[in-house]
Amino acid sequence: MTQTQSDEIMKSRPRYGVLSYRPGSTHFIVADGEGGEAVQSLFAQAPEIATTAHIVYIPGANGTDLSAALETLGAAVFRKAPSYGAARQRIQKVLGDAHMGLQLYAAGTEGLIGQVQRDAVEAGLPHDALQTEQRGSLARRVQCVHCKGITENVTTDPFVCSHCGLNLFVRDHYSRRLAAFQGVCIDAEDPGEVPPAVERFK
Amino acid sequence: MSLDDAFKDPFFRDESFFGKYTYKNSPAAIKRFPFPFPEDDYMYSVNMEPHVSGRPGSVFEHAFDVDEHYVSEMRDRARVLADDPLRCQSLPHMTLAGWDLLELIMESFARDYPQWFELHKDGNKWHWINRPLGIDDKFTFLDESTLPYGPMEYITRQAQGDFTLQDQREDNLWIEAGMVTSQADWSLDFDIGMSFHEWHAPVPLAGKMGVFDRALKFLLQLQHGAPVRRFNWTMTVDPLLDTSPENYHKWGPSKTTLSAENIGQRQHLRVELQTLFRLPRSNAIAFPIRCYLISFEDLVSQPKWARRLHRVIKNLPDELATYKGFIRNRPLMIEYLSQFDDGAPTSPGWWADE
Repeated sequence: MTQTQSDEIMKSRPRYGVLSYRPGSTHFIVADGEGGEAVQSLFAQAPEIATTAHIVYIPGANGTDLSAALETLGAAVFRKAPSYGAARQRIQKVLGDAHMGLQLYAAGTEGLIGQVQRDAVEAGLPHDALQTEQRGSLARRVQCVHCKGITENVTTDPFVCSHCGLNLFVRDHYSRRLAAFQGVCIDAEDPGEVPPAVERFK
Repeated sequence: MSLDDAFKDPFFRDESFFGKYTYKNSPAAIKRFPFPFPEDDYMYSVNMEPHVSGRPGSVFEHAFDVDEHYVSEMRDRARVLADDPLRCQSLPHMTLAGWDLLELIMESFARDYPQWFELHKDGNKWHWINRPLGIDDKFTFLDESTLPYGPMEYITRQAQGDFTLQDQREDNLWIEAGMVTSQADWSLDFDIGMSFHEWHAPVPLAGKMGVFDRALKFLLQLQHGAPVRRFNWTMTVDPLLDTSPENYHKWGPSKTTLSAENIGQRQHLRVELQTLFRLPRSNAIAFPIRCYLISFEDLVSQPKWARRLHRVIKNLPDELATYKGFIRNRPLMIEYLSQFDDGAPTSPGWWADE
């Protein structure tokens, strides 16, 4: 599996790098799905990271689960979580307790990276403190501009808002604050005329 | 706010921007309408010029134009905010910029329209009188606890047009506060916190043309006391100020109800007079976006505008007509406007012919 390349360069969309070891007192790593492979590469680069590493891993919505492999990396703390929402309070606590020398890494889907970035900024860390690597599914987190509800793991365009049920198309407009793309009603002008959903974000 | 007493001055029209849409321009307002096309075709450009006092009676005469729609527009803003409070937001570090904006608007209004507004200062003890809206408030400048709203919300509930406040840092501008209830289909709630290029990302073509790079470079150098202005424009069916993406599923269907019979009354050219002011204490930039609406029927009463709008709409690239949301009605618009275009040359500049 190679790094994910985004399909187009969009100005409001973040650019991602490759995780690389930076010396630090502790290493906090959050990953989902194929992002686990980026974590494995990070440990292969610098095995000494293990004794001060804290990993939170969330299996992918597409079924990818690398938790068994990650557990064998020997991190000081390894935590498997069922969703970002379930792990969020833990992540916020670690970020809030952060001391000088904390290194922060996020790898996997754009939705995961965006949420770690948002929570890091909210915890007062500078926005460039986080190293990111996009891997695996291009599924998007999308906020419905009408009801404001966020639908996770959107792979098709259009899709149905999981909150209000409107048919939404995914606009190429990304908010770091919300860690989400914008979804806009596709049949507003001609209610009911919804083009077939196409898998755009596999 | 006692808006019930607000229409005692007959200058202010009692009209609505939704429901029965009783909004209309008086003959004087048509004459002074800011027609945005100086030539017979249109393409994106930075097109900024100094925001200096212009022709008496024009929308450029004063720093902020207060016109016959003022009271009704403020009533419409209050209605939209009651329905969706997220249209007004200010990140915590933007409060000082809000005070800067309050000062700028109060001083401008009191100087340019003394018959309607008064500002009295005794150190930080300020006394503000807004006669059209029936407001008479004493407060302490820079003390939020002495106003019923935050300073930006307080003053922009009393000033026509949308407002955003941009913080300047890291050689960029960050949209971090705003009052947005008369927008051309963009969401403050979604865009708040974005950098200059981020919030302009959905605009087609202009990015590749370098428009945003040049505009940002220019704005980072904006000086206090030297505001600038530019026009933007789009099309709106019915005089609906609140064409928000939030409510797009509610107002979108109106686009399908235009016909050759009703297009003259219902299709409106929507013009934004955008101005930019550097603020003195916060070093933020205030960006008032003032919306003017005119029905096609009223617009074609000026022969030069009728000819020119026909040519602009006919020759506009499809991407722009799509982005501006009127591609489906463009043939109808061209058909209607062509009746008023005899092919005669038009005079340069945007002023109506005398």
